[in-house]
Amino acid sequence: MEPPAPNPGHGAGRPMATRPAPCTVRSPVALQVGDVKTDLAQPGVAVIDVALPPAQPLDLQEIVFKNSYTAFLTVRVQRRRPCDVGRASARKWVTCLWNHCLMPSPHTEAGSQDYFSLFRHQLLCDVDQVTAVRLILRQPSPVWLHFTLEELRLYPRGQQSLQTDFPSWLSHLAPQQQPENLHGVSRLLMSSAGAGVSQGAVSMSRPELGYPGGRGQQGVPDPEKVSTEVQQLWVLTEMIRANQTAARIGRFDVDGCYDINLLSYT
Amino acid sequence: MMLEQDTGLSLAIAQIVQRLKGSSLHSQLERQARGSWEKRILKSLNSMCTELSIPLARKRPIGEQKELLNKWNEMGTDEPDLSLFRPVYAPKDFLEVLMNLRNPNYENGDQPSFRNHLGLIQVPLKVKDIPELKDSFSELGLNTGQLGIDDSTQVPPELFENEHVRVGQTVLTEQDSAAAQQYVRQGCPTALRAELWALILNISNQPEDILYYEQLKSNVIQHDLLVDSLIYKDVKLTASNDDYYFVFEDYLYQVLLCFSRDTSVLEHFSYNSATPPKSYIRGKLGMEEYAVFYPPNGVIPFHGFSMYVAPLCFLYHEPSKLYQIFREMYVRFFFRLHSISSHPSGIVSLCLLFETLLQTHLPQLFYHLREIGAQPLRISFKWMVRAFSGYLATDQLLLLWDRILGYNSLEILAVLAAAVFAFRAVNLMEVTSLAAAEAVLADLSTLKVMPLLQIFLFATVT
Repeated sequence: MEPPAPNPGHGAGRPMATRPAPCTVRSPVALQVGDVKTDLAQPGVAVIDVALPPAQPLDLQEIVFKNSYTAFLTVRVQRRRPCDVGRASARKWVTCLWNHCLMPSPHTEAGSQDYFSLFRHQLLCDVDQVTAVRLILRQPSPVWLHFTLEELRLYPRGQQSLQTDFPSWLSHLAPQQQPENLHGVSRLLMSSAGAGVSQGAVSMSRPELGYPGGRGQQGVPDPEKVSTEVQQLWVLTEMIRANQTAARIGRFDVDGCYDINLLSYT
Repeated sequence: MMLEQDTGLSLAIAQIVQRLKGSSLHSQLERQARGSWEKRILKSLNSMCTELSIPLARKRPIGEQKELLNKWNEMGTDEPDLSLFRPVYAPKDFLEVLMNLRNPNYENGDQPSFRNHLGLIQVPLKVKDIPELKDSFSELGLNTGQLGIDDSTQVPPELFENEHVRVGQTVLTEQDSAAAQQYVRQGCPTALRAELWALILNISNQPEDILYYEQLKSNVIQHDLLVDSLIYKDVKLTASNDDYYFVFEDYLYQVLLCFSRDTSVLEHFSYNSATPPKSYIRGKLGMEEYAVFYPPNGVIPFHGFSMYVAPLCFLYHEPSKLYQIFREMYVRFFFRLHSISSHPSGIVSLCLLFETLLQTHLPQLFYHLREIGAQPLRISFKWMVRAFSGYLATDQLLLLWDRILGYNSLEILAVLAAAVFAFRAVNLMEVTSLAAAEAVLADLSTLKVMPLLQIFLFATVT
């Protein structure tokens, strides 16, 4: 499934039940040449180190954060590899996101406080068995006093649960009857859509329904067309179900009374 | 095979998509500024209520209801005593608030530096420059026919006008809303404008819409609101004094009084970052089930608000349709002109766009005006807040609003404001005070909008 573009953060690809992985996010450290205390120039680069609990390497699914005036982001991860077992030497850092632009115009506000989601398939490398994450923040514009990332959360790769809002009867079509009956079925369903649809109450084997030639393989309807019709139908049923109070009542008073106090400041 | 319900569904989707395009950022500076500005408005209204001893809302006695119903079509003949009422705020008060917007994370040093903007707006929002504007408004280019330029008497109609009218009629026959939006970028023929705008705004005036309007009318009859007096005062002060619009005075009351009671307007607060004012039924302070919005549509009118409706009266004469067109234009466009947000069509961005365009392309003029204490935005702000209504001649205004609908953006207002300054630059360079600059720019009624825009965007040496 195509992931949504990285912006306001309810990732549709992430199942609702997943919780962010426990990790420690350190505050950003500015990378500066020279003495930090006496040098007044702003460095424009900061690093956020995220430490994961030892011996619990993470299969990363998604990184979510709220931007706070950072212009460009680079993400590096440290991974545990089978070949590392037994070796005491330092593990390699691998770049999985390079110079990702968060603010298209760093001197202006655009993107400065947006929410971002980075999915695993947007990253440059494999992010399984991650033991540490390092975020390198860059803000080349000198007009901003501080820049950082907030509300940083890492989501592990969880169970891919079935989407709960997809009606089960749509995925239970009898296989051998599929070609002939879909067209008839979809016509039947669409005619009953206006009156409201009840799930699971539709019989699947109605070959004689408005279909020339009845049973048999003659003139199999185009599966693309049928699937489009069924999808349209599903959208319509969802809208009907969600649109419980379609009629606008428009009353602004409470039981006929609109005798009010002064306006409230809270 | 298409579903019969398809047209209703796609209409609803189209309306939702239009309204959701681009919601604003909720940055800290906006929230604080908006919070204190909104509180100021509430205090002003509350103090008016207590000083004048007039309730915010009152149920009319039956006699009064009957009387109002009888003179519904001629409310303009009423001469209530409005001398004690004052508008809750005027555009210049709002400008003061916008001038003081500061981002706490932005380095606003006391020393003048490249960080400080030379204009009044100090918020670093991204605005388009002329190359980007040329790209966005490409249909206004020199090689494309425009109504407002290529339909003038010297140009033979066979060259552009006849064909353009024919295309417009086809668009209307096909009832294609997206095509209409593209079409009006080159201007609407006068005879087709009303229908084309209705097509773009998805207004069809169904029986249920007429019924809804009648229900709003009955709400007006039943309850009298303090806000009504503000509306009366505004109409008397602005539209009634205008040569073009005074004939529509009665229509304005019929639209605006109903507008105040329309709770469906509350829906636009989901993408308008402002908060509608709230109150409680008397004696039930703090109890949420007795909380109501005031006015019912959540919008407190300011000085000049009625000018948003006045030009539409030229196009629509049936009150219910006029009402719906106005309401849709308000929740799509006009609300952005008097609320604080960082949206590209929001008033803050428009102000910054205007100042940036002027500073970049007329630097001498900008510097000169600044030196004499006549910051250009002080003059152009009122034009933009009212979308130029009441400043331009009506035919020119409608050509301008054609483009607002066509491009679904208010940026053209800022471009026109800069173009007007460019047009009168020679006179402005000679003035030595704000009052003199105001005088040079006092009368815009002779201006032709489309040539100004075209020259500024496409024919000025940059």
